[in-house]
Amino acid sequence: MQLQDMYQEIILDHYRNPHHKGLRDPYDAQVYHVNPTCGDEVTLRVSLKDVDGAAVVEDVSFESLGCSISQASASVMTDLVIGKPVDEAMRIGDAFLALMQSKGQLEPDEDVLEDAVAFAGVSKYPARVKCALLGWMAWKDATVQALTTRNDSEDGSEGRG
Amino acid sequence: MSLDVEAIRKDFPILSRTVRNDKPLVYLDSGATSQHPVQVLDAEREYYERHNAAAHRGTHLLGQEATEIYEGTRAKVAAFLGAASPSEVVFTKSATESINLVAFGLGFGGPAATSLKPGDEILITEMEHHANLVPWQQLALRTGATLKWFRELPDGRLDFDKSLVTPRTKIVAVTGQSNVTGVIPPLREIGELAHSVGALFLVDGAQLVPHHPVDVRELDADFLAFSGHKMLGPLGLGVLYGKYAALDALPPFLTGGSMIEVVRMEESTFLPPPAKFEPGVPAVSLAAGLGAAVDYLNALGMDNVAAHERALTEHALRALGEIDGVRVLGPLTTEDRGGTVAFEVAGVHAHDVGQVLDELGIAIRTGHHCAWPLHRTLGCQASNRASFYVYNTLEEIDALADGVRYARKFFRV
Repeated sequence: MQLQDMYQEIILDHYRNPHHKGLRDPYDAQVYHVNPTCGDEVTLRVSLKDVDGAAVVEDVSFESLGCSISQASASVMTDLVIGKPVDEAMRIGDAFLALMQSKGQLEPDEDVLEDAVAFAGVSKYPARVKCALLGWMAWKDATVQALTTRNDSEDGSEGRG
Repeated sequence: MSLDVEAIRKDFPILSRTVRNDKPLVYLDSGATSQHPVQVLDAEREYYERHNAAAHRGTHLLGQEATEIYEGTRAKVAAFLGAASPSEVVFTKSATESINLVAFGLGFGGPAATSLKPGDEILITEMEHHANLVPWQQLALRTGATLKWFRELPDGRLDFDKSLVTPRTKIVAVTGQSNVTGVIPPLREIGELAHSVGALFLVDGAQLVPHHPVDVRELDADFLAFSGHKMLGPLGLGVLYGKYAALDALPPFLTGGSMIEVVRMEESTFLPPPAKFEPGVPAVSLAAGLGAAVDYLNALGMDNVAAHERALTEHALRALGEIDGVRVLGPLTTEDRGGTVAFEVAGVHAHDVGQVLDELGIAIRTGHHCAWPLHRTLGCQASNRASFYVYNTLEEIDALADGVRYARKFFRV
C-alpha cells in the first residue's frame, strides 16, 4: 500500500490543524485561485514589510476549500514563507515546484523545504500535483501583485487594503 | 440480472489488467468514458488493415469500401435511434461539438431564419453538464437573448416549472440524464411544452443514449446530442441527431471541403444535411468502431442494458447509503434515475476518497464532474461519482462500499 507514502502523518496533521488559516488585515494583495478540474479554491492575502530596503513576507493568510493535499500544502507553505525575505521565499517556492514536477525522482532538501519534503510522494501522482501547488501559486501571484503595488506607490501615499 | 456479465467481461481486454498494487481493475467511471469490447477494437483495426481510404472521394475500391463503412454506421445509428432516415444523423467530434453546432446555428445572424434576437429566451436546467450550459451562455451573449433555467426539487429531481416556458422561448435544451445525480427529467412533457410555444427541443443524450432504449419518434426531440465513446465506441466521434427540417434550417457550422455544392471565389453553396455539417475527410476508423459498438449493444438489447444498470444502481444506493457519513446526491430510488451515483463522504474530500479507492484498484470520478452550478446548489464542493455499464457487477459495488469505509478509517472520521 502506497497510501502512507502520499499521506504522511505530517500532511494529515496540517490538514486537520492548518496553520495561519483565516483571512487577516492588513494586506497588500489578495488573490482567488481555483483548480478548475475539481473546484478546489483558495483566497489568499499577502502582507509585506520593508526591512533594510528588502521586501519581507510579514503575513500570509488564507481561506480555502479542498482536499487534504491542497489544504496541508497551503498550511506548510505559510510556515515556510512568513518572516522570510521575498527573494528567499520565492527560491523555496521554486524548490517545491521542482520537487512536485520530479515524478518522484528528486531527493528533496530538507534544509530548504522543511515539512514540505513530506509532499515528495505526491509528485508520483500527476493528477494531485496541482492540489499541492494551489496555495503556492496563489501566494506567488499575490506576492508579485503586492511587490508591484509597493513599487507603484513608493513615492505616493496609497493606503493598504 | 438480465445480462450474462461474465461473458461480457471476457470481451473487454482492459478488464483483465491489474492496476496499482497489482489489484484487479474495478472500473466505475463509464459515465466519463466507457471501455471497449474486442469487437470494436477489431473493427477499427480491420478498417485500417483492409479498407483505409478517404471516404466520399476518389474512384478506387478502397474509397468505395470506406464510404460504405462510414455510411453503414450512419444507417446503424439511425436505426438504433428510430430516426426517420440516416440523413438525420450527423457525425461530429463529440456531444459537445454537436451542441455547439446547434448553438452556433441559432446565433448565426444575418438572414438566417433560426437566429435568436434580443428578447428571445433560451431555457436549460441547472443540472446541465457544462457542455449543455456554456454554449447557451455564449449564444445569449452573441444574440442578446436571455438564458433561463429550471431548478431542482430538494430531492434533486427537476422542478418542472412550466411558467418558465413563454412565447419568447426559442429553444429548450435539457439533459437526458444528469451526469451527477442520474436524474432523468420528464423529457416528453418538456418537449411537448417547448413545441406548444414553437420552441426547438434539444436533449443532451450523452448519459442517456448509452444506457437506455431511446426512440427519437417517441422522444420527439428536434435535436439529440451524444458521444460514441460513452457507448463502447471509440473516442473522438460524436453524433447529432436532428429532425431533417430542423437540420436543414441551420446554417453550416464548420466549413470547408466535402460539405460544399458549388464553390466560387465570391461565395459557395452547401450540400444538404448531413453532409452540410461534415467538412473534411471523414473519421471512418471511428465510424467502423461505433458501428461495431451499436451492433454489440443491439445484441445485448437496450432494455436488458437498462435493467442491468437499474439493479446495479439499486445495490449501490443501498450499499453506500448504509455507510455513516455518506450522502448520496440526488434521488435515493431508481425511479427515473440512471446508473450514476454521486456521493460525498463527510470529512474526507472527494480527491482523497478517489486516491484511496485508486490504491484499491477502483476507478471513480472525483470533482464537480463538469457540473459546477449543480454542485453549488447541492451544497457540495466536490463529489465522488461511481457510474456503471454493461460489464459491472454487484461485487464491484461491494468493493466500492468497502473502499469508502476504508477511506473513512484512513482519514479517521
